[in-house]
Amino acid sequence: MGSAEASGSDLGSEPRARQGWVAPHIAAEFPGLGIAWVELESKRTNSPEPVRRRLRDLSDRFYGSHAIHMRERPIPWAYRVFFRQIGLDPDHTRTPVEQLALDRLHDGAFVSRGMPADALTIATVETGVALRVFDMTRLRGELCIRDSAPGESLPGKPTELAQGTLTIADGRGPLGLLFGGPIADAGFDSDAVQIAIVAVQVKGVPQAAVDEALWIAGAALAA
Amino acid sequence: MPDLLDRDTLKTFRVGGDERLARAELRRQVGRLEHELSRLCAEAFPRLTLDTEVPASFAVPRVARLEELEQVRDALAERIAVARQALRKQDELETRNRELLERMLTAPAEHKWMRISRADVGEPGCGHWHSRPRLGPLGMLMGWWRVKVSSGCPLSGRLAAVER
Repeated sequence: MGSAEASGSDLGSEPRARQGWVAPHIAAEFPGLGIAWVELESKRTNSPEPVRRRLRDLSDRFYGSHAIHMRERPIPWAYRVFFRQIGLDPDHTRTPVEQLALDRLHDGAFVSRGMPADALTIATVETGVALRVFDMTRLRGELCIRDSAPGESLPGKPTELAQGTLTIADGRGPLGLLFGGPIADAGFDSDAVQIAIVAVQVKGVPQAAVDEALWIAGAALAA
Repeated sequence: MPDLLDRDTLKTFRVGGDERLARAELRRQVGRLEHELSRLCAEAFPRLTLDTEVPASFAVPRVARLEELEQVRDALAERIAVARQALRKQDELETRNRELLERMLTAPAEHKWMRISRADVGEPGCGHWHSRPRLGPLGMLMGWWRVKVSSGCPLSGRLAAVER
């Protein structure tokens, strides 16, 4: 993934999108796999009216047929394929955008869950890119995608990860499963002010879509 | 989308020997099959619900081994075969129903009380065609049969407009 910079008048501080690294043997197996993130200020709050209105607008233009045809669109399809390739069944462990689509059909709308979850919902539905959020105060060093080493476990989980599990990690160790893990804002402290919005790119997802997803999420958080 | 279907560059295969080449090829096949299955699902909607589930190899994401990728590929290929067969059967059924509908429209008296829904002929909506006698019992006695077309349920938007 090339470097990118998020920009826009809505983002007061114009946060830079930073590129993480992928373990070489994983990158060799999965060309196009990448990770990028932006650091932003946010804490868990109710979403402001502009964000809730945008969720309503998104709900109004999203129907069952969209959900069915979604898997034919390039980016959601790329994630489905990647899920198959890493041994997950995307009809059981949903890709992020398909999970949101399913929730939309189940709930009748994209229900507001406060910030930063709503910002991620908007960006993911608009672009199809898989996003997660982490508490920056807990991160050490660069984010990366790598397989777990023997004896490693996820934060707060006593069970040891099976060796070779694909994870998002920082300088200390795994932060979460690459996909199919806990909810998107796991690891996000209610008092956190600095957060990292993380995009996982797979083969078939253009860099422009990743940049756009991070920018949209950032803009929604700044609303 | 096309780049997912492309073969990975040779640079990818320099590490790990021949098996990596085989895995890359299998991943390409999985991508192609997934695309085909998605296309069939979209084609079937809303007439049929196709089973696209392929049992996951792992509970957590991992680099799948050669035999695991083969299993995914084979399972996807099987799902596609089943989906194609189901769609073909559905198409045949709908074709027969459309022919029956044409005959009913031509000769309602020969298809007394027959009712064919839009779903039966693969059309969206909940309307139907119903062969009924004109003027009730009198029409029955006189043999005045006709096909009544129902446009189906009103949309929720229309109902809301009526309430306003």
